[in-house]
Amino acid sequence: MAVETGRHPGGGELDAVVAQRLLTTMWRIRAFEERLEPLKRSGTVHGLTHLSIGQEAVAAGVCTQLADDEPVYSNHRANGHALAKGVDMGRLLAELMGRADGCCRGLGGSMHVVDLAHGFLGATGVVGGNLPLAVGSALAGRLLGHGRPVVVFFGDGAAQAGIFAESLNLASLWRVPVVFVCENNGFAEFTPRSAHTRVARVSDLAAPFHVAAATIDGNDVAEVHRAVAGMLAEARAGRGPFLLECLTQRLSGHYVGDPGGYRTALGDEAWRSKDPIERLVRRAVASGWFDEAASRTVEAAARGEVEAAVAFASASPFPDPGLPAELTYAR
Amino acid sequence: MAETTYAATVAATLAAAMRADERVVVFGEDVALGGPYLTTKGLAEEFGTDRVVNTPISEAAICGVAVGAAQSGLRPVVEVMFVDFLTLALDQLVNGAAKAHFMSGGQLAVPMVLRTQGGAGQRGAAQHSQSLESWLVHVPGLKVVVPSCAREVAALLPTALADPNPVVVVESKTLYFRRETLPDGGVEPEPLGRARVLRRGSDVTVVATSRMVHDALEAAAELGAQGVEAEVIDPRTLVPLDLPAIAGSVARTGRLVVAHEAVRQGGFGAEIAAQVQEACFYDLDAPIARVGAPFTPVPLSPALEDAYLPGVAGILAGVRSVLG
Repeated sequence: MAVETGRHPGGGELDAVVAQRLLTTMWRIRAFEERLEPLKRSGTVHGLTHLSIGQEAVAAGVCTQLADDEPVYSNHRANGHALAKGVDMGRLLAELMGRADGCCRGLGGSMHVVDLAHGFLGATGVVGGNLPLAVGSALAGRLLGHGRPVVVFFGDGAAQAGIFAESLNLASLWRVPVVFVCENNGFAEFTPRSAHTRVARVSDLAAPFHVAAATIDGNDVAEVHRAVAGMLAEARAGRGPFLLECLTQRLSGHYVGDPGGYRTALGDEAWRSKDPIERLVRRAVASGWFDEAASRTVEAAARGEVEAAVAFASASPFPDPGLPAELTYAR
Repeated sequence: MAETTYAATVAATLAAAMRADERVVVFGEDVALGGPYLTTKGLAEEFGTDRVVNTPISEAAICGVAVGAAQSGLRPVVEVMFVDFLTLALDQLVNGAAKAHFMSGGQLAVPMVLRTQGGAGQRGAAQHSQSLESWLVHVPGLKVVVPSCAREVAALLPTALADPNPVVVVESKTLYFRRETLPDGGVEPEPLGRARVLRRGSDVTVVATSRMVHDALEAAAELGAQGVEAEVIDPRTLVPLDLPAIAGSVARTGRLVVAHEAVRQGGFGAEIAAQVQEACFYDLDAPIARVGAPFTPVPLSPALEDAYLPGVAGILAGVRSVLG
């Protein structure tokens, strides 16, 4: 297919139903992660806890369009992707708390969330580590005859790893239906992108590999939804790969408890203009889909679900001491 | 009886697996051309290049592709042309393949085989001659197979291909074209984790791997002529390790020599020595001897490489040391 950089195939416009679904998804992620912060600080949640507050539009705009059997690979900042892909909130939180009812039985935690039933094939703690897995999964789909599209999330930091170039090259060479979704929040761990590379956009790296790519405003869930819908339509027809770069803004540190001083704090005003939830609400009100009160109802429901998840996860026991030995090898 | 080679047996075993199971696919550099050692010869012709996939020189991505393909229903076989290049793929193998089943709480499986080859003796110099298998045995979640001859390839590679876990098969470049006769009816697949006793003896146990198995047998023949009966054991798989077979032998002989081509320091021989002394310390009549390469990179110069390589003389010296 023709290579087009800076554009995407289009489609996937919002309507009242889709907007409501996206709002609910974003509020569930926001409420979950806001609750994670105190849970982490109190020692209830364990392990490095990377938050995506401010980046919810990408997870919601992408994952709500995927069927359970359309796989997603994620990165270390996986909570939002997992929730949006359908992972049960209680089981996700139990996993982060290292409990037996966690989706990975307490063995993986935040950076290794997997939920096979919902096609969430996994997060990874190694930046860029899952990029080739998505290529392999898509290739398997082709050889097994179903040809399902595969989505892989990565951050702009991963684009500086060699595995990114290797994976993009193979995906292009084999023309597999992978959608590479970059969440470019401008920071690689603690350092601004400009200190790591002279390449302005991650999508600039796609053209040499003949990968169709677009860069969009990742804090506008409508734009994410539209761009992904177009790429998925192509991928479902067996075409690909695609790269979608979503410019976004992380509102929390790299992980809970990091020094955080590296990031210029956004003022309230600036934040209100960027907050993907507020932006969707403004759009919905203007379009007559729902009003602000409806958004507050969705928020309240999300916070209620989070408290139920906390209760569920807190009641779950720690795993059996024999579990690590039992699951080191598949039988 | 059919005469064959180690390399031809690899190719024949892969072909048989691919005939029996459409999910078996082969990835690697030049695999569709047969590879530099002809271990994939004929596969592309029979199964096509959709299943015998030539890849760019991207070891990390190829290994990751195999992990992803395995998680989505295929049974990939990845060839890393030299074990020295496995360094480039270790993240995917160690952080990805080995841990996916565990970290997912048992949801994911990675039924893949990574074939590679190591060993010195062909003037390949320091980056094409290493024996790095002891790195792999340190990683829970991986299985490690080190076939010493065509017969072991025929017995163990099918089992590795059927295993639901990532299995690394470390072949030996110096053994690839060694001629060997296999039974006409073929060799039945055998489980991983069973050592093979190649020679019975009551005076000393020699545990040797890969190429060193042949040197151990030669040394044992020489010792036999001198009235010393050495028992020669090939563990065949390092993970899982058949400790009972080794410890049982040491309990009878009271003496152990372990021999491998890898450098002695941190080599798998150290692990065998540690496990044996834990299992049967009071049966030992002498300190365990380890035979391996010195702690330097592999040199190019023929004079230096020949001196570097452990062999029959080293094993004989090891046996003499434990016989006191």
